[in-house]
Amino acid sequence: MSEKDLISSDINAYIANQAAKDTLRFITCGSVDDGKSTLIGRLLYESKMIFDDQLSALQKDSSKFGTQGDEIDFALLVDGLAAEREQGITIDVAYRFFTTDKRKFIVADTPGHQQYTRNMATGASTASLAIVMIDARKGILEQTRRHAFISSLLGIKQIVLAVNKLDLVDYSEEVFNQISADFYVIQKEHLKFDHVQAIPLSALKGDNIIKLSKNTPWYQGPTLIDWLESVENAKMGKGLLRLPIQYVLRPNLDYRGYAGRIVSGVVAPDNRVKILPSGVETVIEEITSMDGVLDNAEEGASVAVTLKDEVDASRGDMIVEAGAPAELSDQFRVNIIWMHEQEMIPGRSYILKIEGGTANVTIAKPRYKINVNNYERLPADVLELNDIGSCNISLDRNIVFDPYEENRTTGSFILIDRESNSTVGAGLIRYALRRASNIHWQALEINKTARSEAKSQTPCVLWFTGLSGSGKSTIANIVEKKLHANLRHTMLLDGDNVRHGLNRDLGFTDQDRVENIRRVTEVSKLMVEAGLITLVSFISPFASERDSARQAMGEGEFIEIFVKTSLAEAERRDVKGLYVKARSGQLKNFTGIDSPYEEPRTPEIIVDTEKYSAKECAEQIISYLVDNGYS
Amino acid sequence: MANFNLEAEAIHIFREVAAEAENPVFLYSVGKDSAVMLHLARKAFYPGKPPFKFLHVDTKWKFKEMIAFRDKMMADLGFELLVHTNPDGIKRGINPFDHGSAMHTDIMKTVALKQALDHHQFDIAFGGARRDEEKSRAKERIFSFRTAEHRWDPKNQRPEIWSLYNTRKKPDETIRVFPLSNWTELDIWQYILSENIPIPDLYLAKKRPVVERDGTLIMVDDERMPIKDKSEIKHEMVRFRTLGCYPLTGAVRSNATTLPEIVQEMLLSTTSERQGRVIDSDAGASMEQKKQEGYF
Repeated sequence: MSEKDLISSDINAYIANQAAKDTLRFITCGSVDDGKSTLIGRLLYESKMIFDDQLSALQKDSSKFGTQGDEIDFALLVDGLAAEREQGITIDVAYRFFTTDKRKFIVADTPGHQQYTRNMATGASTASLAIVMIDARKGILEQTRRHAFISSLLGIKQIVLAVNKLDLVDYSEEVFNQISADFYVIQKEHLKFDHVQAIPLSALKGDNIIKLSKNTPWYQGPTLIDWLESVENAKMGKGLLRLPIQYVLRPNLDYRGYAGRIVSGVVAPDNRVKILPSGVETVIEEITSMDGVLDNAEEGASVAVTLKDEVDASRGDMIVEAGAPAELSDQFRVNIIWMHEQEMIPGRSYILKIEGGTANVTIAKPRYKINVNNYERLPADVLELNDIGSCNISLDRNIVFDPYEENRTTGSFILIDRESNSTVGAGLIRYALRRASNIHWQALEINKTARSEAKSQTPCVLWFTGLSGSGKSTIANIVEKKLHANLRHTMLLDGDNVRHGLNRDLGFTDQDRVENIRRVTEVSKLMVEAGLITLVSFISPFASERDSARQAMGEGEFIEIFVKTSLAEAERRDVKGLYVKARSGQLKNFTGIDSPYEEPRTPEIIVDTEKYSAKECAEQIISYLVDNGYS
Repeated sequence: MANFNLEAEAIHIFREVAAEAENPVFLYSVGKDSAVMLHLARKAFYPGKPPFKFLHVDTKWKFKEMIAFRDKMMADLGFELLVHTNPDGIKRGINPFDHGSAMHTDIMKTVALKQALDHHQFDIAFGGARRDEEKSRAKERIFSFRTAEHRWDPKNQRPEIWSLYNTRKKPDETIRVFPLSNWTELDIWQYILSENIPIPDLYLAKKRPVVERDGTLIMVDDERMPIKDKSEIKHEMVRFRTLGCYPLTGAVRSNATTLPEIVQEMLLSTTSERQGRVIDSDAGASMEQKKQEGYF
C-alpha cells in the first residue's frame, strides 16, 4: 500500500512513518533558464505539496508572468519575491520542503546568475547533495563548472548531473553521453565528489523524474526521485567527538551544564574527554535533558552535559575525545569565498566567527585566486565579490579547529566587517601554519608597568585623526610640547615623516592605507610598552583600522582625538597645496576627494578647528588628560 | 527521529541568541507554532529557565480562549509575560469592522510590535514563522535583519552559511530570529503529538457560533461582532487552522476532534494553511510588502 493511502486508512501509522523518516538536504544549481525552478516546482507538484488554492493562483499567474504559454509554469511556484517576477530570474536562496514515501527533503534553490554566487555557496554549505542543471542543448557551460566547483569545495560528496530539456534534442542518447563524458573529465581532474550520477531529464515534461520515461528507452539508471530517496546522507564530520561549548547553563549553584550541538561523534556518561584549549582531561558525568537523563547522544543533537571535575570551561571552548583532540592554532592556510561588494583588504582586521566564538583576524595578501570557470590560479592583490582565494590568516588568539576536509563545522568560519557588521566572507580551514608555535614570546622581566613607573606616568596613545589640512600635526605638536614641559616622556609619530622611512614602500591605495596604519599601530604599541605617551598624527581615514588599533592597546590606553574640520575649510586652507592637485587629477586616492573619510562615531575627544585655534584645541586635550589621570 | 534534527537546530538557535544578544525577547502569539517554540525554548535551557522575556502583542480582538490559554501557560511555567496593546489604536477605536483588516493589522499588530520593541529596547526577537508558509518566506533568513525603522529589505540580507549566525548590528537595528524556519506544518503537528504539547482547544472541532461573511465563517466570540439578525448565527462543528484576531480568522467546517484527525484533514484538504487568513487574499506580493513594512 502506498503511504498516501494510509492517510485515510490509518492516520496514526502514517504519522509514525513520518516520524521515522530522515531528511536529505540538497541544492539545485545551474545557469539562468536551465530549468531549476521548473524542476523544483515539478518535484513539489509530483509529491502533492501544492494545494488547490496555490494551483489556481498559479494558473492565474502563469498566463500573466509565465513563459510557457497556457501551460502551467512551475517555475512561478518557487520564484517568490516580487522583484524576481519582474526580472524573471531567481535572485536569492530559497528553501523548499517536500516529502516522499521514503524521505523528507529540504531543497536550497540557488541562483545561477553570476553575481549571486555567494548564495550558491550558502546553499551548498549545509547540503549533502547537489543537483547541477545542464541544458542539453548547451552542454557544460562556465556556470556548470563554477557550480560543480563550489559544491565540491564546500564538501558535498554526491552530485547529480541533471541533463535537462532532453525533449528539445529529441531525447538523444548521444547528447546525454557526450555531456556525461565531458563532466567526468572535469571531475577526475579537479573535483572531489565521491559519486557523479548523470540522469537524462525533462523537468517540463516530467521525464525520468518519478518514473522511467518511454522517451529514453536507452536509459536504465535510477529516476531522480529514486536516487534522492536512496543516496547516503552525508555526515558533517569524521566520527570523533567534537562538542563546541555554545552556552553555559548555571540555573543554581549546584548545577553547571555545558550546552552545545554535537558536531560529530558520540557522547555518553563516563567517556573520557578533553577540554580545549586548556587541555584539561575529565569525564562526562551526565547528559541532562527535559525528558530525563540520556544514555548517549550523537552527531547533530543539541545537548547539555555536566563534567565530573570542576573545570574552567566557557563558550568558545570545545569538548573533544581525549584520545583524538582537535588542533589548536592562531595561523592558518584557508580558502576564502568573498561575499561582499566591498573588496577584501589584506592587513585589515576583521571579526572571525566560528561555532561558539569569535576572534580578531587579519588576512594576508591572497596567494592566488581561482578562476572557477577553468580552475586556473590567478595572481590577486585583493578578493572581490564572488572571488575564491587561497590566503594565510592570522588570529589574535588560538582557536580549536579541524581541517574543513575532515569536519565541515569545526573547519569553517565567517568573516564580519567591523564597521558595517556585514558578513563579508566565508572561510574553509585547510591547515594550520605552524609559525605561531615556533615564534615564542620572549618573557621580559622588565615590563610595561615597570617602565611606566620609572617615568611616573600612565602610558597611552593619543590618536589624532582628521582630513589632510585639518591641523592634526600642528595640534599634536603643541600637545607634545606641553607634555614635555611637564616632564612627560613622549614620542610623536607623524604620517608624513613615517612615510619617508618605515612606510616608504607604501602608496595611497586602500590596501596600502590599511597596511600603513597596521604598521603604525604595531609601532605605537611598542612605544606604549616602553612606557611612553605616544602621539600618532595620521589621517587614518577608515574606522575599521582605528578600531583595530584600539583593540591592539590595553584598556584605557587608546584615546581617539577627532580633529574636526569640514572638507570645504580644509580645502580652503590647503597648506600643502594638495587639494588643488587632487582636484585637478594630478593626485589620485586623496582623502575627501576620491577616497573616503569615515568620521569617528565615539571618539574620546573632538576638537573643532573651525571654532577654536590650534592652541585652544591643544588645551582641551591637555585638560582631558589631566581630568582622566594621564597627566 | 525525523524531528530530531529540527529540534536540535532550533535549540542551537535559541542558545546562540542567548549567548550573543543583549536583550532578547520571545514573541508569544499563543498559536500552535508558538507552542512548539515555547517547548523548544524550555528544552534549550533546561534545567534553567529561558533567559529572556516573553511578549504578547494583544490587539484586543483575539479569541477569549486564546487569552485564557496564554495566561494559564505562563502561570504554569512561572514565566513573566509582557502584554502590549497600541494605546493610540485604542484611543482611536481601531477595529477590524470599521477600519478593515489591513488598517487594523497595521496599527494594532505591526505598529504595536514596533512600539513594544522600541520601548523595551529589545535587540533580538524570536518569532514562529516558517519558510513553508508562504512564497516570500521561503527566502527568509533564520536571522533576519531589520533597519532602525524595523523594515525588512529582501535585497540586503546577510548570507547565512553553515550554521554560523552573525548577530552583530548597530545599536538601533534589530534582528528577528525564526527557530522554526525549516519546519513544515506536518512537522509541527507531529511534534505536538509526540511531545504532548498543550495547544488551545480552538484547533479542535467543536460546535461554535459562527456567521458567514464574504464566504468566510467567522466565530461570534463576543458581542462586538455586528449581527443584523440573531438567526444569522449558526452553531456548527468548526475548528481553526490558524489563530489570530477572531473577526479575521476563518473557521473551517470539520469533525476532527483529535490531533491525528486534524493531521488527517490537513493532508487530505485541498487548500493551504494560510487561506483562512483574511490578510493574505490581496495581490501576489502582498505578504512581502507587509514584511517590508515590519509585519512579522
